[in-house]
Amino acid sequence: MRWLLLKDLRILGRSPLLVMLLVIYPVAIALLIGSALSRGPEKPKVAFLNLVPPSENTFDLGSEKIDVSKYSKMFFTAVEPIRVQTRAQALEKVRSGEALAALIIPADITDKLASGLEQPTLEVFYNVEDPIKASFVESTLNAQVAKANDALSDVVTKTAVSYLDLLLKGGQLNLLGQELNVMGLQKAKESMEKADKVLAPGSPQHKELKKAIDYAALAIANLGLSDDVLRTIASPLRVKQTVLKGSRTPLDAFAVAVAVTMSLMFVALLLAAGVLALEREENTFSRLVRGLVSRLGLLLEKIGLAAVCAFGVALIMLCGTGLFISLDFSRVGLWVVALAAGAVGFGAMGVAIGAITREVRTASLMAFLLSLPIAFLALVPSGAVSSGLYDLIGVICAVFPFKSTLQAIDVALNGGDPGMVTPLLHLAALAVGFTAIARLALRRFE
Amino acid sequence: MAITQQTLAPLAAIAVTKLYGQRAALRDVSFEVPAGELVAVIGPNGAGKTTLLSILAGIQAPTQGSVVAPAGLGWVPQQPAIYSKLTVAENLRLFARLERVDDPEAAVAAMLVQTDLEDRADDQVSTLSGGNRQRVNIAIGLLAEPSALLLDEPSSSLDPRQRERLWEFIGELGHGGTTVLYSTHNVAEAERYADRVLVLADGELLFAGSPRELQAGTDADLDFESAFVAFLHERGH
Ligand SMILES: Nc1ncnc2c1ncn2[C@@H]1O[C@H](COP(=O)(O)OP(=O)(O)OP(=O)(O)O)[C@@H](O)[C@H]1O
Ligand SMILES: [Mg+2]
Repeated sequence: MRWLLLKDLRILGRSPLLVMLLVIYPVAIALLIGSALSRGPEKPKVAFLNLVPPSENTFDLGSEKIDVSKYSKMFFTAVEPIRVQTRAQALEKVRSGEALAALIIPADITDKLASGLEQPTLEVFYNVEDPIKASFVESTLNAQVAKANDALSDVVTKTAVSYLDLLLKGGQLNLLGQELNVMGLQKAKESMEKADKVLAPGSPQHKELKKAIDYAALAIANLGLSDDVLRTIASPLRVKQTVLKGSRTPLDAFAVAVAVTMSLMFVALLLAAGVLALEREENTFSRLVRGLVSRLGLLLEKIGLAAVCAFGVALIMLCGTGLFISLDFSRVGLWVVALAAGAVGFGAMGVAIGAITREVRTASLMAFLLSLPIAFLALVPSGAVSSGLYDLIGVICAVFPFKSTLQAIDVALNGGDPGMVTPLLHLAALAVGFTAIARLALRRFE
Repeated sequence: MAITQQTLAPLAAIAVTKLYGQRAALRDVSFEVPAGELVAVIGPNGAGKTTLLSILAGIQAPTQGSVVAPAGLGWVPQQPAIYSKLTVAENLRLFARLERVDDPEAAVAAMLVQTDLEDRADDQVSTLSGGNRQRVNIAIGLLAEPSALLLDEPSSSLDPRQRERLWEFIGELGHGGTTVLYSTHNVAEAERYADRVLVLADGELLFAGSPRELQAGTDADLDFESAFVAFLHERGH
């Protein structure tokens, strides 16, 4: 076994072009994919038209002064506005593609908000030519509208609460520039009780007043509660966002995991498939299995060779990446475990390919043809396709080592909840399975 | 490949049939090769010679029947089975080690001398001519000094001088007690270097006996090659 391993390494060493390709190609692919994944979307450009006359930008809501422009500015933290003067200009920007969407703030927004009775409507126009960006803009704007709603309803609630307080405890109310003195229910009740004392018990007036006093008491008790009720309504639900499925890994670090998995896959698959097919192409396979080494031993040797090389390339790549992206080097032990498991998984899949194909060229072609789609499928996010298709993709992914390797490496790099045990066990099972397939293929094609 | 019949011969085929799908490459072939005998398998292309040798070598299993073969049987396949990226010496050394030869370096040196490849020892096999590759291929089969040896058309791409060296060497092995079974299309070679010939055609063993017996079975004044062709012709091949 040792001699075979040394022999294969020597053959590899004599194929510098192949080795260079095997290292450079996956690293290049991996870096391309990594950079494509890690570059987050830029702020989308949105045409912005504010139809509210500048003089009406602020309005009074109860005692609060509300500045509409303050809320519209909230949008600009998430989008890049292109300010326009007319509705036609706004639509034109979207049509021409200069802006992904147009946001129009209606002139009557302040009136409607001030009335507190009507809901003002914001208008948004999308350019759906680029569905990915459109959905991004849509969700961004929705999120911002929700924020603005939150902030506004806060103010509205405060105002409502202050009116209630006034009704309850009495005080000054400024209505259309006139100061009014409001008595308040509590004082009203006290006055009525004083009046009641001078009335003869049992007189019909006393009975009437008693009813009014009881009502006031009830109203006082309940209004006292409604303060709290209103405050609850202001923020009916505090939204706590929790990601239930998938990792919460930042995109950068996830991209590193994808890139490393890609390299690991290419090197291990191509090498394992290639070196096994080479034994058959050179006719040495028959010589070897005539008692010099068992078929299983030969398979394990090829898996080992491919895994060691792929592991080396991936580890070097990971450490190299660490120079540019901050990685937690204290987790290097976990990296080693994840990379090794992935390398063995891919190596086993590689020998299965090599055993089925028996020629180096066919083996390499098949390794390429298989590796791209399994990587692609493993990266399909849930929700991007129908749930039935997603389940099917899940099954396909479970049959190949890419997804588990990616999970293991992701956990090794970035931590994460389900931990590494499941993907590692999965990889071990796949390694055994693919080795068995390879062994059967060797018998089948003899 | 169980031994189903008691036999003292180191090499034997017992009612071997090999089917590839519907096509029979070998039909009910039986023979024995006593120790130290040199046996040539001759027959037209596609007769089943390679199939027979590879079943004896343990590379393929017979569909029916069984074979007897000693452990550590030497084998020289028809297609060179060597690593083209390795040098001649590296190939020899690798197989000497895998065969657990006592002194790999000495075995390698001896084989380099035997095949006259000492000056090409450090050349990659991919740079060798076809005949020289065949010499390396043969050398690997001989490395472990096996007690029985199978060679599938060993001389086919060798020049006359190398052929001579090869048969001389194989003859010596035979005298030393090594059992040798080889296939060839060079009928004259079979006549000169075989104690016995097996004639295979269409998977059937048509004849097993000395070259002289084969010749005697046809018109008396034919040379061995013509006698062989006439023999096949008489049987419809
Ligand atoms: N792997 C295979 N699959 C299917 N048929 C095969 C296979 N190997 C050999 N055959 C068939 O078996 C028959 C015998 O082939 P074999 O190679 O043993 O002939 P041979 O006597 O060695 O011929 P040659 O003199 O050309 O080397 C042929 O008809 C061949 O087509
Ligand atoms: Mg043949």
